[in-house]
Amino acid sequence: MNFPFKSLVSVMALGASLTVMPLASMAQPAQTVTPSADGIVVYNAQHVSLTKAWADAFTKQTGIKVTMRNGGDTELGNQIVQEGASSPADVFLTENSPAIALVDSAGLFAPLSPETLQEVPENFRPGHGRWVGIAARSTVFVYNKSKLFPAQLPKSMLDLAEPAWKGRWAASPSGADFQAIVSALYELKGEAATLSWLQGMKKNAVPYKGNGTVLKAVNAGQVDGGIIYHYYRFGDQARTGENSNNTELHYFRNQDPGAFVSLSGAGVLASSKHAPEAQAFVKWIAGKGGQEILRTGDAYEYAVGVGAKSHSKLVPLAELQAPRVEPSKLNSKKVTDLMTQAGLL
Amino acid sequence: MSAVSIPARSEIAASLVAAPAQKPAPVAPRQRGAGWRLSWVGIAAMLVSLLALLPLGFVLWVGVDTGWETASALIFRPRVGELLVNTALLIILTVPLCTALALALAWLTERSDLPGARTWAWLAVAPLAVPAFVHSYAWMTVAPGLHGLPGAVLVSVIAYFPFLYLPLSAAMRRLDPGMEDTAASLGLGPWAVFFRVVLPQLRLAICGGSLLIGLHLLAEYGLFVMIRFDTFTTAIVDQFQSTYNGPAANMLSGVLVVCCFALLGLESAARGNERYARVGSGAARMPFKRPLGAWSAPCQLLPLATTALALGVPLFTLVRWLVAGGAGVWRLEEMGPALVQTLGLGLAGALLTTLAAVPMAWLSIRSPGRLQRLLEACNYLVGSLPGVVVALALVTVTVRVAMPIYQTAVTVLLAYLLMFLPRALISLRAGIAQAPVELERAARSLGRTPAQALWSITMRLAAPSAAAGAALVGLGITNELTATLMLAPNGTRTLATSFWAYSSEIDYAAAAPYALVMVLLSLPMTWLLYTQSKRSAGR
Repeated sequence: MNFPFKSLVSVMALGASLTVMPLASMAQPAQTVTPSADGIVVYNAQHVSLTKAWADAFTKQTGIKVTMRNGGDTELGNQIVQEGASSPADVFLTENSPAIALVDSAGLFAPLSPETLQEVPENFRPGHGRWVGIAARSTVFVYNKSKLFPAQLPKSMLDLAEPAWKGRWAASPSGADFQAIVSALYELKGEAATLSWLQGMKKNAVPYKGNGTVLKAVNAGQVDGGIIYHYYRFGDQARTGENSNNTELHYFRNQDPGAFVSLSGAGVLASSKHAPEAQAFVKWIAGKGGQEILRTGDAYEYAVGVGAKSHSKLVPLAELQAPRVEPSKLNSKKVTDLMTQAGLL
Repeated sequence: MSAVSIPARSEIAASLVAAPAQKPAPVAPRQRGAGWRLSWVGIAAMLVSLLALLPLGFVLWVGVDTGWETASALIFRPRVGELLVNTALLIILTVPLCTALALALAWLTERSDLPGARTWAWLAVAPLAVPAFVHSYAWMTVAPGLHGLPGAVLVSVIAYFPFLYLPLSAAMRRLDPGMEDTAASLGLGPWAVFFRVVLPQLRLAICGGSLLIGLHLLAEYGLFVMIRFDTFTTAIVDQFQSTYNGPAANMLSGVLVVCCFALLGLESAARGNERYARVGSGAARMPFKRPLGAWSAPCQLLPLATTALALGVPLFTLVRWLVAGGAGVWRLEEMGPALVQTLGLGLAGALLTTLAAVPMAWLSIRSPGRLQRLLEACNYLVGSLPGVVVALALVTVTVRVAMPIYQTAVTVLLAYLLMFLPRALISLRAGIAQAPVELERAARSLGRTPAQALWSITMRLAAPSAAAGAALVGLGITNELTATLMLAPNGTRTLATSFWAYSSEIDYAAAAPYALVMVLLSLPMTWLLYTQSKRSAGR
């Protein structure tokens, strides 16, 4: 009998292709998802410029179209909850975690793929795996250099509710950013302490609309200092610096509520009609592609991916001594109620 | 006397309180025994009015749904008291200042021989072309420390005094000098003549314009946010951004609606029942232009200062930011789509609103009656509501009940219809009133069907007024911010929302091109408004 060379060759070819194909697909990331005609709808609460950079780079690499709906954290979060299963959203990106926790507690997220979860270390994502952290930002006290000297700076964020600070600091209470900080305070110190701090804030703080406006006001000397997130000052310094040249940042450290590091989240909606593309987008942002944009771009937020480095100008995350807060437990509704009770909203 | 003029909002109260003296053109008496037939026009008008009641009904329903305990806890709290005080102070300070300024300017441009009066008249109307939030943006650049009540009052007076100037100047033109001559001949000095004869005749115009300004103050968002002054509308949007459509936002809406009704009632009471008409034969003379003499130069200062503050400051700011930003801020690939979308929404909205106003306008002129007045009043009431209340109602209703139109252009256009219907209605009514019913009947007697007669005779004659109404609606849509922010479909960017996005990130240089384009778009419509007001003054 002739040696069945033909069958041997075909079997070897089949075996070779079966082994080579997965290797090939691992070498070129994410080309297993075929782009659909309308692409994905992203409800985006992150800064538009950052998400646009992510979306443009993702579309360039994979050909998947991304349509963004921009808004605030809690506004979009509540909107998704209201829309329920008929929401047109495929992906939800937030700036802080309370809003994404809100959508998750309504049971609207689909579990993320294991590959996505592997891109992010465990302390930057909740255990249940329905959303991951994609970036982080640190609470800071920005102050005017000529009005406050380092010895006069508050030791803790809780000091700012005391009468000595009346009219001397500013914040943006209507923004989701500040409400996330308050939710961390609620998680760390409980309801009574938070309410009394908010009531002190009502007496002491000058309300502005937007962290950028707070920075501008501190820079102009209209107030001595303000509670914002770190990247606003870095961003302005990288541009013209005209809104921050008179300011400096003070990091509270010591696991103070004022050292809270807020996690930006990404999740895929269970009702999404483009699940593979949506999953691919979240994986891409949490992976090398997205985190590299955080390192080299002008967003100045912290990168959280495995092995990802943040921008060289930032104070390293490990040095910030942030308090440990479980991001999925942050409760935005309670915070809004407390702030309404204190008369801030 | 001449036909209905610009003081649009004064007609609101006219519908509520049947003013006996101003009868429209004579109408054929209803045939006895004909019964009450509801034509297709009547049905169309009723549908539009019922639609208009949707936001009001929604606010009531949410109030009932929330339960008295929660509702009262959310309404009767210190923050609401704070907002009420702010709002009351704002209106109490702004409206008299606007009235004084507008009266002075109107008198100077219409009844004195001020050099360049025609130019000053146009310059007094031109600030309408600049959206209110752009005024605020300009003042934040020029005087960054300006905030709170003084800032809010200053910028509000500057942004809104043309609403009083237009009806006042039109009314002053129409005044019969015979009465002033009679008063003078009876021994009253010039000032006494002004206060006892001229001013009472201007009462309707002042009431209508003041109501318009008051309602705009209640509804304005962008202006007060940038100048850091808390009002109900800014608080509602804050709540919306925090809770989407939680009960607190809706309760604040309820209080705001009550404030609107209070303003409407106040204006209705202030109008009184007296009307002024010329008795006797003959026609009124041209009014006498008082020579200013040595006061001519100092009097120029007032319009000059007003123009500098109301037009000079915004233009200077825009130029400054455009120069500072350089060519880099003109991102045409972003601005192009925004412009196209704004124009698209503006045109579609204007057409839709004008069409929707036709049945009601026709009914109110051709066959007025109790039911018709009630329906018309519904339209005006809803038109007085701030955009944020309408948007909030539509958001909740579409999310819960009408999911297919949720977040589509249909909902946005519907919101525009509800908000701007009165503008189209007023202009159309004036236009149809000028088309005599006899011509329509003549066409019918020559063989045209009712629809053909309506279209070829009445609508053609009313076309300029319809165009003016559509232009007013378009102007409103171009500058509209809150409803568009809340209702627009994904990916929609209009000029106003793009401007808002950039100025919220304090990227004022990038926001400047959008502001400039909005001003340029509004200029033709403001010009139209100006010429229409001159025409309706009859001279």
